[in-house]
Amino acid sequence: MSGPAIDLVGAVALSGGFPVLAGADLRVERGEVVALAGANGAGKTSLLRACAGLLRVVRGRAEVLGADLVAEPRAVRRRVGLLGHTGGLYDDLRVREQVEFAVRAAGGRGGAVAERADAALVALGLTGRLATTSVAGLSAGQRRRVALAVLVARDPELWLLDEPHAGLDAEHRDLLDGIVRAAAAGGATVVIASHELDRVAALADRRVTVAGGVVTASSAADARGAGTRTDGTAEPGGATRPGVARGTSHVA
Amino acid sequence: MWRDALLVAGKDLRIEARSRVATNQVAPYALVVLLLFGFAFDADRELLTRAAPGLYWVAVLLCSLLAVQRSFALEAADGARDGLRLAGLDPAGIFLGKAAAVAVVLAGLEVLLGGGIVVLYGTGVHHPLTLVVTALAATAGLAAAGVVYGIMAAGLRVRETLLPLLVLPVVAPVLLAATQAWRSALGLAPGDGGRWLGLLAAFAAIYLTLGVLGFGTLLEDA
Repeated sequence: MSGPAIDLVGAVALSGGFPVLAGADLRVERGEVVALAGANGAGKTSLLRACAGLLRVVRGRAEVLGADLVAEPRAVRRRVGLLGHTGGLYDDLRVREQVEFAVRAAGGRGGAVAERADAALVALGLTGRLATTSVAGLSAGQRRRVALAVLVARDPELWLLDEPHAGLDAEHRDLLDGIVRAAAAGGATVVIASHELDRVAALADRRVTVAGGVVTASSAADARGAGTRTDGTAEPGGATRPGVARGTSHVA
Repeated sequence: MWRDALLVAGKDLRIEARSRVATNQVAPYALVVLLLFGFAFDADRELLTRAAPGLYWVAVLLCSLLAVQRSFALEAADGARDGLRLAGLDPAGIFLGKAAAVAVVLAGLEVLLGGGIVVLYGTGVHHPLTLVVTALAATAGLAAAGVVYGIMAAGLRVRETLLPLLVLPVVAPVLLAATQAWRSALGLAPGDGGRWLGLLAAFAAIYLTLGVLGFGTLLEDA
């Protein structure tokens, strides 16, 4: 597959008539891990939702995994996984049923459904009694892990994670980091919005800053990237990558 | 589309079976409604027998509102509607699955209410086939229309109060036609209720078509 995983040019998206994305420009290459930084209300969540096709881009260009989201926002949904502030879980389904439903909805059939669900449940430590517990009976952190298990089981090409560490204890934060690294190693593209800059810097190739609904800066991440481009060539740490963060305008 | 419909219907019915909202809350509510009608008519058995078809279908209509509200309350909690959109399911399949699940719940309630009017109102059955076919067509129409208007109201904060306002006027033809067809089936009016059955079938066909074609847009705007 060729072309970037995400290519937004002057993307405008509205929520309740308000421009939550006000001409955002963002280019993320396939296989890249990008950390989204920004203050509350800066537009990180809106950016992720737009990339998932949940928030309609009304102006500008928006291509995700080669699909035009302006023309057809539903085109990429099966190939994208979004972990939002809410888990999208059904209280009265058991943990295993929840994951299996997600796999089937994503096109999984036959024995592969149980296989993928099992692997995801094991990866998130949701085995034994937890797998047969109703989602309603779980703690907030366990619910977060189920939502992650859904993502892992669906194995999307593009992972969009919104504050993924929220509600997790230290052990499971580390586990999540491992899952992100494994996804990236497997060729997936990952975009993480987080206020925990130090933690996500260790995962990301690049940090993108969002403010006022636009991308204001893009720089190599401190740790994983450590001033290294994804193609292996050196890049000065903290330098803006030309052609990546193209938009610097703010909401008027 | 059909595979997605089965998946969604299975999910909704599994949740229903586990939460028992229909059996523990909606069914007792339906029976209470029948009892209250009895009190309102001063337990006049003859009057209740004559009014039974209308009272029955009013009770079914009220239950259908609860069933539809419950169906979309599932999707409102924990951002599940976004999960459903992201799952990549065919919107027509989601519509058919949700309508099928609502129809199954409604059909169970209709059986219970049928027993209720026999016991409480002393109703007898003369044309069982007309009775069953009417119930099936009316249930399909109520479920389809309910899910179409349910998704319209789903994204609004006032959805609980808006849904009855949207649905009840629209399903008035179902109330009228099902009541008239049942009057024939229960031997309270001459004829076989055929033309009323036609109206019910047309209503169901219109809303099933609307749902299959338009649910995707409604889901996106919800």
